[in-house]
Amino acid sequence: MKIHEYQAKAVLAEFGIPVPKSGVASTPDEASAIAAEMGERSVVKAQVHAGGRGLAGGVKVVGSPAEAASVAGDLLGNKLVTHQTGPDGVPVTRVLIEETAQIAKEYYLAVVIDSGSRGPVIMASEAGGMDIEEVAATTPEKILRANIDVVIGLQPFQCRHLAYGLGLPGELIRPAAALITNLYRVFEAKDCSLAEINPLVLTEEGQLLALDAKLDFEDDALARHPELQELRDTDQEDPLELEASKFDISYVKLDGDVGCMVNGAGLAMATMDSITMAEAMPANFLDVGGGATEEQVAQAFRLLLSDPQVKRILVNVFGGILRCDVAARGIVAAAEEAEDRVPIVVRMLGTNADEGKEILAQSNLGVTLVNDLNEAAAAIRQAAG
Amino acid sequence: MSILVDENTRLLVQGITGREGSFHALRCMEYGTNLVAGVTPGRGGTMWEDKVPVFNTIGQAVDETEANVALIFVPAAFAADAILESADAGIPLIACITEGIPVMDMVRVSKFLESRPSRLIGPNCPGLISPGSNCKIGIMPGNIHTPGRVGVVSRSGTLTYEAVNQLTALGIGQSTCVGIGGDPIVGTSFVDVLELFQNDSDTDAIVMIGEIGGSKEQEAAEYIRDHVTKPVVSLIVGVTAPPGKRMGHAGAIITGSAARAEEKVRALREAGAHIAPSPAEIGITMKAALGV
Repeated sequence: MKIHEYQAKAVLAEFGIPVPKSGVASTPDEASAIAAEMGERSVVKAQVHAGGRGLAGGVKVVGSPAEAASVAGDLLGNKLVTHQTGPDGVPVTRVLIEETAQIAKEYYLAVVIDSGSRGPVIMASEAGGMDIEEVAATTPEKILRANIDVVIGLQPFQCRHLAYGLGLPGELIRPAAALITNLYRVFEAKDCSLAEINPLVLTEEGQLLALDAKLDFEDDALARHPELQELRDTDQEDPLELEASKFDISYVKLDGDVGCMVNGAGLAMATMDSITMAEAMPANFLDVGGGATEEQVAQAFRLLLSDPQVKRILVNVFGGILRCDVAARGIVAAAEEAEDRVPIVVRMLGTNADEGKEILAQSNLGVTLVNDLNEAAAAIRQAAG
Repeated sequence: MSILVDENTRLLVQGITGREGSFHALRCMEYGTNLVAGVTPGRGGTMWEDKVPVFNTIGQAVDETEANVALIFVPAAFAADAILESADAGIPLIACITEGIPVMDMVRVSKFLESRPSRLIGPNCPGLISPGSNCKIGIMPGNIHTPGRVGVVSRSGTLTYEAVNQLTALGIGQSTCVGIGGDPIVGTSFVDVLELFQNDSDTDAIVMIGEIGGSKEQEAAEYIRDHVTKPVVSLIVGVTAPPGKRMGHAGAIITGSAARAEEKVRALREAGAHIAPSPAEIGITMKAALGV
C-alpha cells in the first residue's frame, strides 16, 4: 500500500527523524495561511502516489503566501501526469506547503527487503536526489549496503560504516547513525516494503533533514496495522483495481484491449505473454484465485466487461481446486447480464473441463473454445476482426 | 525415481481439521501418500475421517507416528509459527502452502532455519509430488502427472500444472515436481532444487519455470552453467508485465532491471538452457532437448 509524502513524513517524525516544518492544504486559502507561517518563501508540493512530480510541475518554490495560493489553486482539483502515472494522471486533492531548506548536499537512504540475503538491507548513497535505479546501473560503487540480521537487529557499527562511507563530517556521524536507526525502526515496526528518504539533505546550517520521503507498506501485513489502513487514499487508485480489491481478486489494469481471466498468477502472466505473441496487448492481469467460487468468477468477469478498453476476452482456466464447470457458470452468469457482446475465447483444462465447455457451448454467448495456448493466441488474433 | 519425497515419506498435515487442510489431506491420501498424522491445537486425541490420529502439538505427533514430512495449511497470520514448530520438532522437510505470510515473518523464519537441519519448501506454493512413488505433498491435481525421468521446478502453481500436462501429453513422465513458491522469501531456491536433480540418478532432464521479480533465475543460470550437465528447458513469464506492479505473487514485481523477464531469459540462454519460445511449447522443447 502506498501513502502520501505528508503521511510518510508524519510517521518519520513520530520516530524522531527530522523533517521540514510543513502543513497540508486542500484549498488555496489554507495554502496561503500555511505559507504565511513558513515565512516569505515556501515549497508547494502536490500530494500524489507517484514519483516524477518535480518534472511534471507538481513541486514549486513560491515567494509569497499569495503565490502559494495561486500555485495550490492550479494543482488542486486537477490531475497530475508524471512518467509514473500513465496518460490519465492522478487527482491532486491535497498539497503540502513546506519551509524551504538551504541545501549543502543531498544523500539517498532507504530500507528494503533483499530476497538474495533473505533480510532487510539499508542502502545509502552520496548520489542523493537522483533516480537510485540509474545510480545502481551507472555507478554501482556509489551505493553502500548494510545487511541486517533480524535476530540481533541493526548494529551501531553498521550505522557508523554507512555514515563514514557517505563522507559526512565528524560531528554528524552520531546524528546520522541515529537517523538510520530510526528509519530502520519505522521499517520494522510498520512492516514496510520500502522506507526511503530521497533526498536526505545536509543543510547549510549543518542539519540533516528528510526533504522527501516514501513509505510503502506490505499488503500482506496490513491486517495487523489498523492505524495504517486509515492512511489509504482510494482516490489515487485505478477504479477497476479498487473494485477488484473489494472482491479479493488480484487485478492490474494494463493498456491493451484483450481482457483476460486466469486462475493462478504464473498462468495469468503466461497468458498475457501469449496474447502479446499474437500481436495483441492484454488489457489487464487477473488472477481469480485457486479456490474461487462461481460468484467470484462472475465478479471477475463483470470487471472485464466493465472496462471500456476491452474489445475481446481470453479465459484460461486450469481446473484443480477451481472446477471448470463452476468457472463456466460464473462466466455465463456475468456475460448474460451484459448489454454489449465482445468476442470470448475460452481455454479450459483439468477438473470437469468437459462439463465446463458444454455449459459454455450451450449458452448463447458464441464462445470460441480452444484447446491450448497457441490456439488461444490464434483465436484472439482472429477476434480482432 | 525422485528427490525429497518418495515411498518412505510419512506425512503430517498441520491444520488438518480446517476446510482447506481437510480437503487436500484427503486427496493426498487418495493419490497414495502415507498420511500418518494431523495436528490441530485443541483437537488432539480425535481421529480425522476415522483414519488419521490428530495431535495437539507437532512434538507429540512425531513421537507417536515418526512423521518426517509436514504439510502446512494454516492461515497466514499463524503460518510462520507453524513452520517454526515443525522445524523445532526436527521434521526434515516442511512444505508450506499458505499464501500471504508477512515478509518480515518469513525473514525471521528463514534465519531460524539456518541453524536447523529442516528444509522448507514454499511458502505460497503448490507443494511437491513424486509420481513414481505415488507421493503427493500438496494441492496439485494428481491425475495430470505420470511417472518418468524429468524433474520440474517452478515458482508458480497452475503454470506448473500447464507444464506437467504438456509433458504428460507427449509421454514424458516426471521424477519429481517442486513448486518453490511465489513469495520474495522462500525456503528452497531454484539452485537448491537444481542441485538435487543434478545429483539424482533417476532424473535425466529438468524443466525450470521462472517469472519476473528478484534475481533467483540469474543465480540459477550461473549454477546451470557451472554445475548442471543435464538438459534444462526453461520458460520465464511476465514479459508483458509493467514495472512496479505486483502480478499476483508477492515476489512477482519488477523493481529493477534484473527483475525483468528479458534479463532472466538472456542469463539462462547464455548458461546453455533451452528456452521455450512460448508457454505453449514447454513440452515440445523438452521433447527436442531429450531427442525423443
